[in-house]
Amino acid sequence: MSRAVGLHIAVLAGLALAQFTLPEYHHGNLARIMVLAAFASAYNITFGYAGMLSLGHAMFFGAGLYAAGLAAEFGGIAAPGGLVLGVIAGALMAAVVGVLALRTTGVSFMIVTLMFAQAAFLTVLYFGEWTRGDEGFVIASDMRRVLGLDLADPATRYWAAFAVFGAVMLGSLAVARSSFGRVLAAIRENEERTRMLGYDVFRAKLMALAVSGAMAGAAGAAYALLFGYVGATFASIQYSILPLLWVLTGGAATVLGPFLGTLLMFYLIDVSSSFTTAHMMIVGFALIGLILFFPKGILGTLRERVVPWLP
Amino acid sequence: MAAMTLLETHGLTRRFGGLTAVDGVEFRLDEGEIRALIGPNGAGKTTFVSLLSGRIRPSAGRVVFAGEDVTRLPAHARVMRGIAYTFQITSIFARMTLLDNVRLAVQRRMMRGWRGPDARALDAAAMAVLDRVGLADRATGIAGNLSYGHQRLLEVAMGLGLRPRLLILDEPTQGLSDAEIAGFVDLVREIARDATVLLIEHNMGVVMELAHRITVMEMGQILAEGPPEAIRADAEVQRAYLGG
Repeated sequence: MSRAVGLHIAVLAGLALAQFTLPEYHHGNLARIMVLAAFASAYNITFGYAGMLSLGHAMFFGAGLYAAGLAAEFGGIAAPGGLVLGVIAGALMAAVVGVLALRTTGVSFMIVTLMFAQAAFLTVLYFGEWTRGDEGFVIASDMRRVLGLDLADPATRYWAAFAVFGAVMLGSLAVARSSFGRVLAAIRENEERTRMLGYDVFRAKLMALAVSGAMAGAAGAAYALLFGYVGATFASIQYSILPLLWVLTGGAATVLGPFLGTLLMFYLIDVSSSFTTAHMMIVGFALIGLILFFPKGILGTLRERVVPWLP
Repeated sequence: MAAMTLLETHGLTRRFGGLTAVDGVEFRLDEGEIRALIGPNGAGKTTFVSLLSGRIRPSAGRVVFAGEDVTRLPAHARVMRGIAYTFQITSIFARMTLLDNVRLAVQRRMMRGWRGPDARALDAAAMAVLDRVGLADRATGIAGNLSYGHQRLLEVAMGLGLRPRLLILDEPTQGLSDAEIAGFVDLVREIARDATVLLIEHNMGVVMELAHRITVMEMGQILAEGPPEAIRADAEVQRAYLGG
C-alpha cells in the first residue's frame, strides 16, 4: 500500500472514530459536512482534475435530490432505491448536458452550464404542483429507512453519510491515480497536445462529467434522504457556487481538498455567525487571505511546497 | 522491392475565406523515406501537414493513409492509425515531468479502452524513449524548466512514444544551436529506420543532408519534387525559394 492510499484510509478511519468521540452538535454537523464534501469531491472531478469550470453543478446535485425525493413521495421507493435513482439521475443529466455543453470551452462552458442549471432550477419551480417549489417538502419517515434502521437516528445518519462520502472519496482517489485521471490532467494542461497524442478529448471530458454527475447525484440523494427535506434552494445557483468555493479552499485536484474546504467553510460560517450577522464579510476576508497565502488552496499549496506525492 | 505508398492526397484543398492556402495538392509519400517539405513562408506547408494530421478539415480532396481513406477521421483517430505530429510552436505539458510527458504518449499506444498498462511497463517504455532522444538523465525534471532545444527534443520524444508509422516534424530545428542541429540530424536518421518522416524545414543544410526526396511548395501548390541534387539544380526552385 502506498503512503497516498494509506493517508486516505487513515482519514476515513479518523472520521469513523469521530462518530464515537464527538459531542452531539458537532456529530450532526460532521454528517452534513460529509455529504456536502461528497458533492464537492464530485465537483472536483470536473473542475480540479479535468479543468472544466462548471457553474451548473447544482443541477446534478438537484437531480439526485429530486430523484430520491420524488421517488419516495410519489413512487413509494425507500432509501436504498432512492440513492440508486439519484446516482442514475445525476449521471444521465450530466451526460445529456455534457453532449451539448462540451462543444464549448472556457468562459462559454461556464455560461452554458450556468444556463442549463438555471433552466433546471426553473423547471423545478414550474412543476411546483409536485415539487412544491421553494417551499419544498418533507420526506416521510417510513421512506427514510435502510435495512430496518432509521436514517433520522443520528448514529445511523452518520454512518450513512460516512459510507457515501467514503465511496465518493475513494472513487476520486481511484480516478486520480488511473490512466483516465492522467489523461484528464493532460487535457487540463494542454488540450491540443493531448488530442495529438491520440486521445479522444471530447469522450474523456464527457466521461469525467458523467462520473462527476453520478457522484453529485449520490450526494444530492443522500442529502434528501438523510435530512428528510427536498427544496428548490438546493438546485439554485448558490449550490453551483458553493462546491467551487469549497474546492478552491481545500485545493483543486487534490482528493482530500474538497473535504477540508467544506469542513473549514462550514465551521467558519457556523462560528462567525454566532457572534455577528456580518458573517459573510468574514468569509470574504478568509477567501482573500486564502488567495494571498494559499493560491492553490490549502492542500494544493502544501503539495507544491511540502508533500509532492499527495494525489 | 518497390516501395509501398504510405500516404497520398488527391486534390487536397483548404480555403480560408478568399485565400486558398492549399490548392488541389496531389502528393505521395513512400514508406520508409525521409521527405522534406520546403517553400517560402506562407506557401501552405503547415496547413498542408495539418490536413494530413487532421488538425484542420479540408475544403475538398482526400487523404489516404496506408490504403485507408482517412479524410473523415478526426485527428485523434489518425494518431491511432500511426500519424504523429510535432508542433511548430513547442507544445508540451510544461508543468509535468519529462517522464509524465512521454508516459502520456506511450500510455495511449498501450491502452485498451480506458485501461492503461501497468506502471512498470509504462515507465520502462517511457524511459526507453527518453533515452533515445538523450533526455533520460532529466526524466524527473519539470518539462517547463528545460532549455528550448531540449523542449524540442521532448516534443519529438512524445511523437516517438506513439511509435508512429509516419512522423511529421514541423520546423524541428528552428531556434536550435548548430551543435543541437547536428545531434538532431542523427536522431532523425535513426528514427527513419523504422518510421517514415515528413519534415518541414527551412535549414537547407539539414534538408540536403537528410532528405531522400524534397517537395517544394509555393502558393499552396507543389512547385517541384525530386531528389536533393535535382531540386538544388532546378531553376524554378531557385527563383521561388533559394534566392538564386
